[in-house]
Amino acid sequence: MEKSLNSFVMGESGIIVSVKGEGKIRRRLLDMGITPGAEVYLRKKAPLGDPLEITLRGYELTLRKDEASYIYLQSEGTKEGKE
Amino acid sequence: MKRFALAGNPNSGKTTLFNPLTGSSEYVGNWPGVTVEKKVGIYKNKKSGAAASVVDLPGIYSLSPYTPEEVVSRNYILDEKPDCLINIVDATNLERNLYLTTQLLEMDVPVVIALNMMDAVAKNGDHIDTEKLGEALGVPVVGISALKEEHLDALMSAAIIASEQPRKGHSFLKDCLVQNLIDSLNHDYETKGIPNARFHATKLVEGDEIETKLEPEFMPRVDAYKATFKNQTFGTDFEAIIADARYKYISEYLAISETKRVRKASEKMTLSDKIDRLMTNKWVALPLFAIVLFLIFHFVFGEDLLYLNPMGVVDSTFPGDGPFAGLFSNGGIASLGVFLQSLLTDCTNWLTDITRTGMSNAGAQAWSIGLVCDGVMGGLFAVLSFLPQIALLFFFFSILEDSGYMARIAFILDKIFRKYGLSGRAFLPMIMGFGCSVPAMMNTRTLSTDNERTSTIRVIPFFSCGAKLPIILAVAGCVAELFGFSHPELITLGMYFLGVAVALVCVLLMKHTTLKGETPPFIMELPSYHLPQPRALALHVWDKTKHFVKKAFTIILASTILIWFLTHFAWNWSYLPDEDMGQSILASLGKLIQPIFTPLGFGSQLNGGQNGTGWTFGVAAISGLIAKENVIGTFGTLAASLGHVFDPDLDENAAGIAYVLAIAKDTGIGIPGLLSFIAFNIFAIPCFAATATAKSELPKGKFKGTIAFWLGTAYIVSMAIYTIGSWWWTCFIWAGVFALALYLIHLYNRNHPLGKKEVA
Repeated sequence: MEKSLNSFVMGESGIIVSVKGEGKIRRRLLDMGITPGAEVYLRKKAPLGDPLEITLRGYELTLRKDEASYIYLQSEGTKEGKE
Repeated sequence: MKRFALAGNPNSGKTTLFNPLTGSSEYVGNWPGVTVEKKVGIYKNKKSGAAASVVDLPGIYSLSPYTPEEVVSRNYILDEKPDCLINIVDATNLERNLYLTTQLLEMDVPVVIALNMMDAVAKNGDHIDTEKLGEALGVPVVGISALKEEHLDALMSAAIIASEQPRKGHSFLKDCLVQNLIDSLNHDYETKGIPNARFHATKLVEGDEIETKLEPEFMPRVDAYKATFKNQTFGTDFEAIIADARYKYISEYLAISETKRVRKASEKMTLSDKIDRLMTNKWVALPLFAIVLFLIFHFVFGEDLLYLNPMGVVDSTFPGDGPFAGLFSNGGIASLGVFLQSLLTDCTNWLTDITRTGMSNAGAQAWSIGLVCDGVMGGLFAVLSFLPQIALLFFFFSILEDSGYMARIAFILDKIFRKYGLSGRAFLPMIMGFGCSVPAMMNTRTLSTDNERTSTIRVIPFFSCGAKLPIILAVAGCVAELFGFSHPELITLGMYFLGVAVALVCVLLMKHTTLKGETPPFIMELPSYHLPQPRALALHVWDKTKHFVKKAFTIILASTILIWFLTHFAWNWSYLPDEDMGQSILASLGKLIQPIFTPLGFGSQLNGGQNGTGWTFGVAAISGLIAKENVIGTFGTLAASLGHVFDPDLDENAAGIAYVLAIAKDTGIGIPGLLSFIAFNIFAIPCFAATATAKSELPKGKFKGTIAFWLGTAYIVSMAIYTIGSWWWTCFIWAGVFALALYLIHLYNRNHPLGKKEVA
């Protein structure tokens, strides 16, 4: 099922299908390795629910829900051992 | 001498490499984006004697045109043409680090890859074949450990050899749908004789802002290609196509040697993960953060570290007047910061005393003794007495920063800050403002937009700095004594909160008026936690305190001499002893400007008494515009000149209270006036040093507005405090005016929308 990253639940992972948005924010997302085909794992949400912390390409990245809403992924569901 | 440039991702160990290479004292932080300026050092090989200059470029993830760091690095490599580019790559995070490498390799510059943190890779049980990676990239790859200083000479030898031969740029893109276009543009650039043709061609295809302006003649080619181009996944988004092709190339050919380290929830948690789970836990994170902040400030500023005082454990007369008396204050044990401060004050007082005795024994003139002991030494030592606490504060903040916790603080607090149009990153400079505005303002360089930097710099002084504390303490103490109020610390705390509250209101107001724009993005790497290295910590603290000491010996020294001169000379250039200050230049200036402060409660309405002292508060406030350290000193000098005698054994705070108390009694100022005076000092122009820093750190054209903003805020807030404090019903007028202002701003913004989304 394809959905945006900001609708992911904690512990869910997926493969990036497309990155929307424009200009600076989009470029930044692409530069940080958020490109189609990359695997993303939603590690955590900040104590106030936003921003998110994701693992991709072997490192941790934080981004806001607003920015996460530009990223569409094919969800692979949650893995066992949910944090 | 050869010139090498060091480029790499933030947090890849660039500065850690730069330090041992050049023996420089550059600071290293575990906060993405600490180096923003280019720094230069000299490398010397101990055996062969080979030397080269090394430029440390800011940490970057890409060469896109959007952040100042990226533009600085890009322009340096293109325009300054270093002999060799040393690209430092974090071997534990190969994929993302190599993304920058693929862009650097498009330029016509010799490159050597420094594969850093090879020790950590080995520790993880992974292996990276440097030779194979070097073959794939076509440039030498040297495995190093910057932290343990391993193989650094091998790296530099490789760089020296590589610099002998020119290198042509090369594309590292896989399945790139626009490769043809890049290649043909590359050819055109080459024919035109433009260096770094491949880099320019690629950036042009990406639609890069800088590039499209640089060579507009080639742009129609890209547009024409775009018109015929069709692709299901990407549409005509060439930028994404190229980014995708880079990462594809990396995962296909370059990251092969690395054991895929995509972390899953099921994988064993590292220590860093465990710490992180606690530190950013949903329930614990915020309280934990508050505790950490409290402990830091308590260790630095606490008078009663273990709260022995309320328990009455230690007799307040203990240990009397010994050399370590500063360790004990009023029956409690002082914190390290307070202890070091009192120790330093003891030393400087002793120095001043022997100088004074020595000079008078040698038969020096009264004015020269005054100049040396009161003007120069007095002013300088007053400033330096804050040094231990500022250094200690920097020390704790450095630990937070180097350990990686500071990045988490930004993560935790981002949601709160976003409401004010800032990102979580703005928190660090603001909280540093409690220590000293100068380094705090310098730290705003890590912020991503001009608007965010401007509004953060403007409100940093409202986070009341260490130098303002004595003012607050002295005046609050004076209020307590005068009006029988037993909790001066509540006033102190209240003033700190007032500063923060006004800062937040101002940020919001600016967001909707002068600094409109989108909220800056918050897309940031969260580095792993690690123990701070003592060496790096020491360097960091030294680097930051250096600024403070420099400020003390230059601008503050000059201003204290100036103040001393103004208070000890009359218009006819005759020297006045302390007690005749009423005739000094400063006094006449003070009388002149006195009416300005009338609406604030410390102007013409003050009764001058037989001494005519009503102008004292105004003069003290003006001297505070130069350096806040001057304010209480001015009270002291003026009070002494008016014939008040003070017990020389009083500690600094008690003395400050006594000075202000004396003046307050003379002038008959009330609580509202005194509180308004504190507020004016918090919000008005911070000090010469911070003002100079703001001028150099603010984006172009924002400085004058900032000065007006500071003065305006100080005037309005102080006036509000004074009028509401004196006539409570004026609070309705203030609320009305404020509401009207908000309504007008709202109305204006509705009629003048900015951009499509910008409805304030």
